Amino acid sequence: MNRSQFDLAVGAFVALGILALLFLALKVGNLAGFDTGTAYVIEARFDNIGGIKVRAPVKSAGVVVGRVESISLDGETYEAVARLRISSAFRFSKDTIATILTSGLLGEQYIGLESGGVPEYLAQGDRVMKTQSAMVLEKLISQFLFNKAAETPGQTK
Amino acid sequence: MSERQDIIRIENVRFAYGERTILDDLSLTIRRGEIVAIMGASGGGKTTLLGLIGGRLTPSVGRVFVEDQNVPTLSKSALYALRRRIGMLFQFGALFTDLSVFENVAFPYREQTDLSEDMIRTLVLMKLEAVGLRGAAHLMPSELSGGMARRVALARAVTLDPSIMLYDEPFTGLDPISVGIIGRLIKRLNAALGMTSIIVTHDLNETLRLADRVVVLSAGKVYCDLAPDDIRVSTDPFIRQFADGLPDGPVPFHYPARDYVGDLLAS
Amino acid sequence: MKADPISLLTSLGHAVTSRLDRLGLAARFAFAVFRVLGVVFLRFGLIIRELYFSGVRSLSIVIVSGLFVGMVLAVQGYEVLQRYGSTEALGVIVALSLVRELGPVVSALLFAGRASSAVTAEIGLMRATDQLAAMDMMAVDPLARVIAPRFLAAIFSLPLLAALFSAAGVCGAWIIGVKLIGIDDGAFWSQMQASVDVRIDIVNGVLKSIVFGVAVGLISVFEGFFAVPTAEGVSTATTRTVVTSSLAVLLLDLVLTVMMFRGLN
Repeated sequence: MNRSQFDLAVGAFVALGILALLFLALKVGNLAGFDTGTAYVIEARFDNIGGIKVRAPVKSAGVVVGRVESISLDGETYEAVARLRISSAFRFSKDTIATILTSGLLGEQYIGLESGGVPEYLAQGDRVMKTQSAMVLEKLISQFLFNKAAETPGQTK
Repeated sequence: MSERQDIIRIENVRFAYGERTILDDLSLTIRRGEIVAIMGASGGGKTTLLGLIGGRLTPSVGRVFVEDQNVPTLSKSALYALRRRIGMLFQFGALFTDLSVFENVAFPYREQTDLSEDMIRTLVLMKLEAVGLRGAAHLMPSELSGGMARRVALARAVTLDPSIMLYDEPFTGLDPISVGIIGRLIKRLNAALGMTSIIVTHDLNETLRLADRVVVLSAGKVYCDLAPDDIRVSTDPFIRQFADGLPDGPVPFHYPARDYVGDLLAS
Repeated sequence: MKADPISLLTSLGHAVTSRLDRLGLAARFAFAVFRVLGVVFLRFGLIIRELYFSGVRSLSIVIVSGLFVGMVLAVQGYEVLQRYGSTEALGVIVALSLVRELGPVVSALLFAGRASSAVTAEIGLMRATDQLAAMDMMAVDPLARVIAPRFLAAIFSLPLLAALFSAAGVCGAWIIGVKLIGIDDGAFWSQMQASVDVRIDIVNGVLKSIVFGVAVGLISVFEGFFAVPTAEGVSTATTRTVVTSSLAVLLLDLVLTVMMFRGLN
């Protein structure tokens, strides 16, 4: 085998490998998506953030518009502070409502944004004023039982 | 002026592998243009001596001067500069098995010089012609006989026209014809290229025909340093045992052991 | 062998010190190899040859293995996912397993068996037949001429092979999942793309395989370079390369996975 045959085979190998990397990045991963594009970060405060994790999707009308960038706890108000990275392609009004939702019964949790009617838009660093916290199953159950007990006094013997 | 004639000067060298002392307070001087044969029992430090001269081994005590440079103290680049003037033929040739005969001989040119491809081709064919194997240039080392491989290795060792040639058992494992060919090539190259040759060998007959001096090592020291004619007529029991191939003598046949009968009856 | 406490302690001590000795030797060897790496970049032709023997020759086994691993993952993944009625997540599961773990790890293990063992045997044989000594006596540094190109070839080859393994695996899963089982093609890819992050998953996977390349490459040249120069010594060294490389890859994978992915979800 001479030198140029080595070069050809190795060249083909490297090209194939780079092609595989591109395939992974573009077809398997979401490099083609907006993650690398310009974006702005807004802040949303929740009483309870539930099962939301960093990188959880932020959706509006079911369409992914951004991701959760970081989650922290405000030491004074004991609120969960989620910073949401939103693609610059989408604008949301100042009175947008952020809600913690679950896709399907057992699916992942995500943050839903519902735009309001004010003609001013959220910009980098702004805070979402209205939020709705995650529903915690234990609380729902105990509330349900509590209500049940309150509804039917005296029926128990 | 006579100082300048000493191309290699080994002074009071000691070398040991762990506990085992190989060379002990050995001194030896080799003059320019000589063919010196180093003989001695197997494991007696002959190959070690070549390692010291080539700078592949470092003595624990003593100095090794090659062309007035103290080899053990040289930096890597200085050592490599010195080695360009030293050729070495390894015991079984040590040809690069993944390169053809031609590429093996061309290797030092490609690595050490900026010669053009045409120039390298000419030089390689000249070297191969000198060992009679120009026709085998396209063969791979695995296709060569032992004697041919040794000749290719010899051609490779002299590619850069070294001033010193080290031969590590060049005759081992060869048929008598090949031994004769290699012996004659060593002698001819030494004269033609003005080299100094050091040959580590067991082949006494070929050595006596070839060498200017025969150095016999024993117990890590120079036992004797004689001209070939003096070896032939020597009455020293050690030299006679060597020259005549006697199984027992100063070099004992038996490895040191307990009393034979006692050992047999021990169980 | 007597089992009195003193001799047991002695043999334990010997086992520890001899391993530490070898580790120290390996560290010094690695340092010496890194020092000559720069020289090798000037002569890229040397690396090309090694890329051929290490990389190109490993292509078929890596791609075929990747394809089959992806197919098996699809069958098993589908079996579990259909219990929860979320079979369209098959692409996600297969892609994440491959890109994060199986691609880098399995291709490194295959590489250790296919290419590294051959490198060890080749270098060991060169040593046993004095080729390395001859080179050294010709004032050519065997570390730069023989060792470094083989080491670099492993570092260059493995990320490419790992990417090919993962890509082949995803294709294998697609064949089983979409073509044979009948999962929706759009859901398969879109769910995958929504969950596989280029930086976190793919770049980390590539980083892993580069680290594995360094480890596997270094082990193979080290074992070859310090092989006992006999037929038995070379065969022992070859076996050690495969065993040590495999263990090193799995151990490094654990460390890297903890460093890269812990606390992420």
